[in-house]
Amino acid sequence: MNKQPLSYLDWLESEAIYILREVAGQCANPVLLFSGGKDSLCLLRLAEKAFRPGRFPFPLMHIDTGHNYKEVIDFRDQRAAELGERLIVRSVEDSMKRGTVVLKSEDESRNKHQSVTLLEAIEEFGFDCCIGGARRDEEKARAKERIMSFRDEFGQWDPKNQRPELWNLYNARSHKGENIRAFPISNWTEMDVWQYIERENLGLPSIYYAHQRDIVMRGGSIVPVNVPLVSGELTNPVKPGEEIINMQVRFRTVGDISCTAPVPSDADTVSKIVLETATSTITERGATRLDDQTSDASMEQRKKEGYF
Amino acid sequence: MNAVNTQHNDSLLRFMTCGSVDDGKSTLIGRLLFDTKTILADTLTQISNTSRKRGMEAVDLSLLTDGLQAEREQGITIDVAYRYFSTGTRKYIIADAPGHEQYTRNMVTAASTANLAIILIDARRGVLTQTRRHSYLAHLVGIQHIVVAVNKMDLVNYDQATYDKICADYLAFAKEIGLAQARDIRFIPMSALMGDMLVDRLDNMPWYLGETLLEILETAPAAHTEKDEEFRFPVQFVCRPHASADAELHDFRGFMGRIESGEISVGDTVTVLPNGYQSKVKSIQLGDVQMQTAQTEQSVTLLLEDEIDTSRGDMIVKAGSTIEAVKNIEAFVCWLSETAMSPARTYVIRHTTRESKAKVGSISYKVDVNTLEEQATTDLKMNDIARIHFKLAQPLMVDSYSANRATGAFIIIDDSTNNTVGAGMLI
Repeated sequence: MNKQPLSYLDWLESEAIYILREVAGQCANPVLLFSGGKDSLCLLRLAEKAFRPGRFPFPLMHIDTGHNYKEVIDFRDQRAAELGERLIVRSVEDSMKRGTVVLKSEDESRNKHQSVTLLEAIEEFGFDCCIGGARRDEEKARAKERIMSFRDEFGQWDPKNQRPELWNLYNARSHKGENIRAFPISNWTEMDVWQYIERENLGLPSIYYAHQRDIVMRGGSIVPVNVPLVSGELTNPVKPGEEIINMQVRFRTVGDISCTAPVPSDADTVSKIVLETATSTITERGATRLDDQTSDASMEQRKKEGYF
Repeated sequence: MNAVNTQHNDSLLRFMTCGSVDDGKSTLIGRLLFDTKTILADTLTQISNTSRKRGMEAVDLSLLTDGLQAEREQGITIDVAYRYFSTGTRKYIIADAPGHEQYTRNMVTAASTANLAIILIDARRGVLTQTRRHSYLAHLVGIQHIVVAVNKMDLVNYDQATYDKICADYLAFAKEIGLAQARDIRFIPMSALMGDMLVDRLDNMPWYLGETLLEILETAPAAHTEKDEEFRFPVQFVCRPHASADAELHDFRGFMGRIESGEISVGDTVTVLPNGYQSKVKSIQLGDVQMQTAQTEQSVTLLLEDEIDTSRGDMIVKAGSTIEAVKNIEAFVCWLSETAMSPARTYVIRHTTRESKAKVGSISYKVDVNTLEEQATTDLKMNDIARIHFKLAQPLMVDSYSANRATGAFIIIDDSTNNTVGAGMLI
């Protein structure tokens, strides 16, 4: 017997399609969280492979902090329109207007406040499952995350009260008000994502590729400054005493402007990025997520509070 | 090892590690990740800071694998964690399960997706009760390849006689429980702490001429490649885009699912269970690609020649296949919930994409996982393993677990809490 197994990218793809179809088969009202970022762009391709020629059995939704890169928001809208699928946008700024999100200061990162807006949207639409692009290799607290992760009525993740997950028998049941977070690309690494983007020839927002950008060095991190928002307004002003440097950079992750930093890079094509990823000495979040550096356990804390 | 690894046609191996903190399990995983250059500089800085904070002189590689704050505070691991590394020829998914007795359910969980198990033995202590437990569970959950890693050889002066004796003891026990006859067992002397025989051979054990751990992992067969399996296609979702503007799609009726075993080609005659309708495969699609043949583990869409009323939970097999639709099943069950099983209650069994209500008919016995003795029992507590007969409200299309891990496995759900409370393997 000498049968050829699937290549691992094919295997990962097939597993993700299976998980998406389980969500569709088990949940009454799911939604796919789509930010325009690379992981959620992979999810959209996987959803095409899972459900075409039919329509997706769920809408797309973005929780917009209002502090997202214009390139990413434009790309988000363009991609949703090309697919002909419904895109729901709910914004942290609306939660601020309602008073459910209160910033400690004007320039506090809005990233963690997305949880509030997400929970409000879940309640508004009655979603019983949110499909997300989180991966287990991203962060320590995610290594034990289930493919189908259970959240209680407050959106809380209790690491000690998760359902055992055996074989590929996923349990996405929930009572009214409770919620499942489904992660089809749990088993993918950053490298797998880039290789899949390369293989599937997926388009990405331009800021994933090397480009010239004004930055300052702040607390040892590269911080983009004077970034134009969708509104045309500039965010991330230069602080007194800081020197603007024009640097060639790219983003490894894309999120709220206040907490994603770029890395120096001249990789301007996907294949160059794949090579750079293979030889990188810094983890994806270590290099670029300013919000994870607070403590060893900060992601775990945010997840308990309902963060994705 | 090639640091730049960008190949696309690598295969995948899922394996698990069995052992307790004392056996050096976390150190073994840390060493594999470290020596295959999976650990990046910032993670290393993070764990060396923590090592220093705890007053350790060297970097403690075991810190790489303990995840949650609650666990770090207690210095133990309480749940299955998944780790990833890649060598340039293969991608690996490690299921890292704690080994203590009270965590039988975690071991069963980790084993359910693994094709190979590394069972750690401390060279100073030899084959212990926990070694027997781990071996029994790996056997029960159908892991084909067992690697017995005799660890901490540095603490017994890399002594060959000590290693040989442990191997002989283990083999004697493995024969007793039928493991040696049914599975591929390899032995390997190592020091995870020093790095002997994991990725590098080093010079301390010139008497050992066998493969290193990584060599074994690189050549172990991937799942589903070792025997011919019958075609099994549980229907997950039915695609009927009849409302679409595209008139050609008006009659489109696609059966979506993952091939759990075997293969299928266009033109094959199939039976749709439980109703038993027959038809032929008209087309096989993956995305917009039309395929002539599809194989195990591929998620595809099947179109049939005839209009057959089929929905989620049905199973498509090849005509003449031996699978049965049954309403009585006998299985080994591992109880996973803190709430004991109540034989008076009705539970939900999920098997492939199908569900049925189930009542406990009888419990034959439970197995003491340490002595492997069969004991009479009337209930089932967390971590217990028992042989149970269930009566089902709806028929399930089943194979024995030993013949097919996908169609021989099920989970038990408590529909008052929706928790997954049990795992079953059909006899």
